[in-house]
Amino acid sequence: MISQPRGRKLSREEAERVPHVVARPKARYAWSAGPATGRFLEELKEGRVLARRCNGCGRVLVPPRMFCERCFRPTDEWVYLPGTGTIQTYSISYIDTDANRIAKPILVGVLAFDGASEGCGIMHYFGEVAPEKLYIGMEVEPVWKPQAEREGAITDIKYFRPRRKEDRQ
Amino acid sequence: MEKISKPTEIKHQLGHMEVDHYHYTVGLAGERFFTALREEGKLLGARCESCGVTYIPPRIYCEECFAELDEYVDLGLEGEVRSFTIARIDRDGRPLDPPEIRALISFGEDTTDLLHLLGEVEPEEVYIGMEVEAVLKPKREREGKVTDIRYFRPIK
Amino acid sequence: MKEVAVVGAGMTLFASRMMETGKELCWEAAKQALDEAGLSLQEIDAVIMGTAPDAFDGIHKKGENLLDGAGGANKPYMRVYTGGGTAVMTPIAGWWHIASGMFDTVLVVNEEKMSSARPHAQSVFAHIWDPILDRPLRPNLVWIFAMEMQRYMHKYNVRKEDIALVSVKNKRNAVDHPCAQLADPKITVEDVLNSEPMALPVRRLDISPPSDGASALVLASLDVAREICPDRIVTIDGVGWCIDTTMWTNRDLAFPKFLARAADQAYRMAGIKDPKKEIHIAEPYDPFNYKELQHMEGLLLCEPGEAAILTREGVTQRDGRLPVCPSGGLLGVGNPIAATMGIKVGEIYWQLARKAGKRQVRNDPVTGVCQAWGDLMQFSSVLVMRRR
Ligand SMILES: [Zn+2]
Ligand SMILES: [Zn+2]
Repeated sequence: MISQPRGRKLSREEAERVPHVVARPKARYAWSAGPATGRFLEELKEGRVLARRCNGCGRVLVPPRMFCERCFRPTDEWVYLPGTGTIQTYSISYIDTDANRIAKPILVGVLAFDGASEGCGIMHYFGEVAPEKLYIGMEVEPVWKPQAEREGAITDIKYFRPRRKEDRQ
Repeated sequence: MEKISKPTEIKHQLGHMEVDHYHYTVGLAGERFFTALREEGKLLGARCESCGVTYIPPRIYCEECFAELDEYVDLGLEGEVRSFTIARIDRDGRPLDPPEIRALISFGEDTTDLLHLLGEVEPEEVYIGMEVEAVLKPKREREGKVTDIRYFRPIK
Repeated sequence: MKEVAVVGAGMTLFASRMMETGKELCWEAAKQALDEAGLSLQEIDAVIMGTAPDAFDGIHKKGENLLDGAGGANKPYMRVYTGGGTAVMTPIAGWWHIASGMFDTVLVVNEEKMSSARPHAQSVFAHIWDPILDRPLRPNLVWIFAMEMQRYMHKYNVRKEDIALVSVKNKRNAVDHPCAQLADPKITVEDVLNSEPMALPVRRLDISPPSDGASALVLASLDVAREICPDRIVTIDGVGWCIDTTMWTNRDLAFPKFLARAADQAYRMAGIKDPKKEIHIAEPYDPFNYKELQHMEGLLLCEPGEAAILTREGVTQRDGRLPVCPSGGLLGVGNPIAATMGIKVGEIYWQLARKAGKRQVRNDPVTGVCQAWGDLMQFSSVLVMRRR
């Protein structure tokens, strides 16, 4: 049985007044992309979406990887994809990365790429579409940054927009 | 797999941990300790009679027998050096001149040690067993932190 | 293999605990569990610590930092960490410490302090995402749950109104929990549906509140348990755990197959053939309201998509046929990640031992299951308990 617990809930102001020590971390990182994702990012610069095939299970994998986690063997070849895809799920976000409230929502979701194995895709933004028009199963296409502005990052694609012009805003 | 010949060309993403800062609470026993230090210039310990141990800084529990500790004892400002190290570089590798002497200060056979600085002493004069006393900041400058003690200095 | 029993449990208030250090919270919970077991710290053979990322507390190797408050000084001690799944994974580690024959008594202590990271624990959570493909899109952790919830609702045609009922049930159940942070006896479905939009379909009252807290369990071999608490023999009869691929954008977000595998492992070990009939009470992990439903399905307590119907029919209420989260869950009591062990394993223990007080369910359960879930929403740990 739980006895009556000690302590109590503090208000925000009370919590700030509790004796404490403040310290700031100064950690900086360089996260390596590795050969598979590295090549994927380089190809984004050229406006192409690249996948990797595993001849063990026959899957076409995005994000690409140098090993197949199911067959546990090296993957075999690079495959170019058309870049179009289908929305698997999405969210209409009224919070940003730091949990600040935002008035104009971020449209974000997971899409599966055409030409890749079922459900193989990435997370990205959706644009040129009204939030209430989004649906699971919507066909989308990438909208690229101008070539000069691309830097070999996932953000070289600005967002994905509906393929059907009637769905666009 | 393809061989990487130029590691500098490896694709990477730069970033940092966005935490601005951490807010470390001193805790229930810590609050007693730092309040006594700031207000009264005292060093308090918490005593477990059944284990015969005095914890400094104090704790609300005895780590040996798990008893709740509510007996606070004034340990005075005098102790002795249990061990020490002379730091000639700082944590970023820059030379420290004069060097900093870090020491574990003991307040008695059955107390735990307190980590602090030694001052008013040359590095080559420090020895284990040296009797030292705390030099506190003046009361108006004290803020309830371990740095309210400037350092420990030899009694003689 | 030795049989293992739970002989004591304890937990602290779940709230922003700026007054106490993590160690002090550990001690409060551990002492309570030892007192219930009637054991002293000297009678404990080994200690397990569970606590989530170091970056929350801002202390590296915080398992070591917390150990004296957890009673681990000068004992065999190890930290176990599987994100949110830690809540049920440390008891599993405690189980194997005893089942293996190595030890007779183990103290399990889980702690979390989420109020240290400023401006918000969210900034630490952001580092759970892939640094190359996800983080440049500046995601918020809630997104991943929003996307999972959307997929779940879509695939099984689950209504938001039924999902909201989970928040209502758990926040009302929590009124009877002395450690609860956000209990609300008056909350309605409309309150949940109209609460502040976060990342739709997720709204404010769909989410459990981040908290600080600690919880503890004392485990003993069955022989020791028969000596020290013959009045309440509650044993751990099945354990299971499983993890899905890291490639989260390749996963089926609607049905947690990894959980079904973990559950299947635990049920087989416990000799349970039909969990729908043989499980009498459940504490699935409920950091979000839809997760309770999805986890009931993953625990094979009903068919995919059916949990919402059971909830609507009142089956999962405290006086229902299958009480679910009678503690009040994470949604009602609070979510100090690893420390939620107290409202998962602790609650099933108290319920089976008939020691849950005002929260005691009506169907006098003999067999219960609890579960936790975590890492990048891909891991589950499952524990089946029985009253002998
Ligand atoms: Zn394969
Ligand atoms: Zn003691």
